[in-house]
Amino acid sequence: MPTRSNQGEAELNFLDRLARTTGRRTFLHWAGLTIGVVALGCGDDDDDDGGTGPGTDVNLGTGDTGVLNYAYALEQLEAAFYTQVVASFYAGAPAAEQTMLTDIKNHEVIHRDFFKAALGAAAIADLTVTFASVNLADRTSVLSAARTFEDLGVSAYNGAGQLLTVPANLVTAGRIVSVEARHAAAIRDLITADSFAGSDVINAQGLDVVRTPTAVLQAADPFITTTINASGLPTA
Amino acid sequence: MKNTTIFGALDPELVERVSRRGAVEQSGKMAGALAIASMPVAFGLLAKSAFAQGTTLPANIITVLNFALTLEYLEDDFYQMGLDSGVIPAGDLGIFTPISTHEAAHVALLTSTIMTGGGTPALKPTFDFTAGGIVPDPFTDYPTFQALSQGFEDTGVRAYKGQAGALMSNDSILTVALQIHSVEARHASAVRRLRGEKGWITGNANTLPAQFAAIYAGEEAGAGVTTPASGEAFDEPLTMDQVNAIAAPFIVA
Repeated sequence: MPTRSNQGEAELNFLDRLARTTGRRTFLHWAGLTIGVVALGCGDDDDDDGGTGPGTDVNLGTGDTGVLNYAYALEQLEAAFYTQVVASFYAGAPAAEQTMLTDIKNHEVIHRDFFKAALGAAAIADLTVTFASVNLADRTSVLSAARTFEDLGVSAYNGAGQLLTVPANLVTAGRIVSVEARHAAAIRDLITADSFAGSDVINAQGLDVVRTPTAVLQAADPFITTTINASGLPTA
Repeated sequence: MKNTTIFGALDPELVERVSRRGAVEQSGKMAGALAIASMPVAFGLLAKSAFAQGTTLPANIITVLNFALTLEYLEDDFYQMGLDSGVIPAGDLGIFTPISTHEAAHVALLTSTIMTGGGTPALKPTFDFTAGGIVPDPFTDYPTFQALSQGFEDTGVRAYKGQAGALMSNDSILTVALQIHSVEARHASAVRRLRGEKGWITGNANTLPAQFAAIYAGEEAGAGVTTPASGEAFDEPLTMDQVNAIAAPFIVA
């Protein structure tokens, strides 16, 4: 049984490899793992439970609210990432790529703000995120991270659908996940032609990836400084 | 004998194509040597049902699955005919070959799932991909083929989205439907960009012949949609009736 810090280190190493390679085998290997961690985060940030300001621990909550906060957390991460990408494009970014990434940034900001408004007082605080592991000046690094976020987002929504109990919330998730999949396809094609639905993400049954919140938050953990408590989320 | 009974109803051509194009071929063990008698086994391996044996699915879920199956039949036939016709340039086979493979797999999975759930899979309709002459040459004119592809994929996304709520009583089926839904969206993104469009839908813009405007009707509205960007940020569902109306010109019987 690895210690928590070792585990975090392993995840960082994994994401680093993922960011540097096409990561197909690694990704599949990782996707098949089940790690029984409930509490998430590296414990390297402050422990100011109960606070609401940025950087403090957040608890996603329970039921549909918890699932929507989970989605909100991921949208915060994506929006923050693309906001940084668009603020200073990697050198030589072609106009078409700038347009595409700007569109995606706008969509993610809209998703983020939509959840914040929908959740109202139940919304988690703003997360503190870090993209220190991404070289924002390098196209390959940026696009690899973008692919990770988009494919992760698709798998997260695909896994979250069954956790929701209110039909309208499922519709909301559905209205967003297909746009994330459109993003994922576009980003993937920028990296490798015709990889929009590659066999690393679509199985022999023609099905996209599904991940549990635990798996998703573990993968996202290196990019989120705030400790996220997901223990209240429904599991079925 | 059970296999014979269950799989006997399957379209042999589909079984052959799934086997030929799927993982069986990639394994290298059976390529080119698939005897008819072995196909149900190969099919069973590839098309595992979406949920456990012994569960009888309620009629409303079977109805949704058959609705989805009919759309997948349409897509599967369309791409297979496209690939067979030679209308697709070699350089674009990397787009349409995997799409075709996925649609065939969806047909197989849905068929298997309906059977496992105690339902009767819908029979494959006879399709008319000219839509009664609206698009006279889908398999000789490549832009027409691309346009129809986009229309089918974007419709598929909206169709699955519209049925998610009806599947909430069964987590396994719902999840599989969502997993297909996002694959259709990936396809749609790729085909749209191939056609020089954005991978996402802006407003209700329809770049297909005007008769197909219903594919995009309502995409410009919905909760949180106030601007062109927010219209792109959310895809909107279609009801079963709306989708059936879109598909109707392509279905002869």
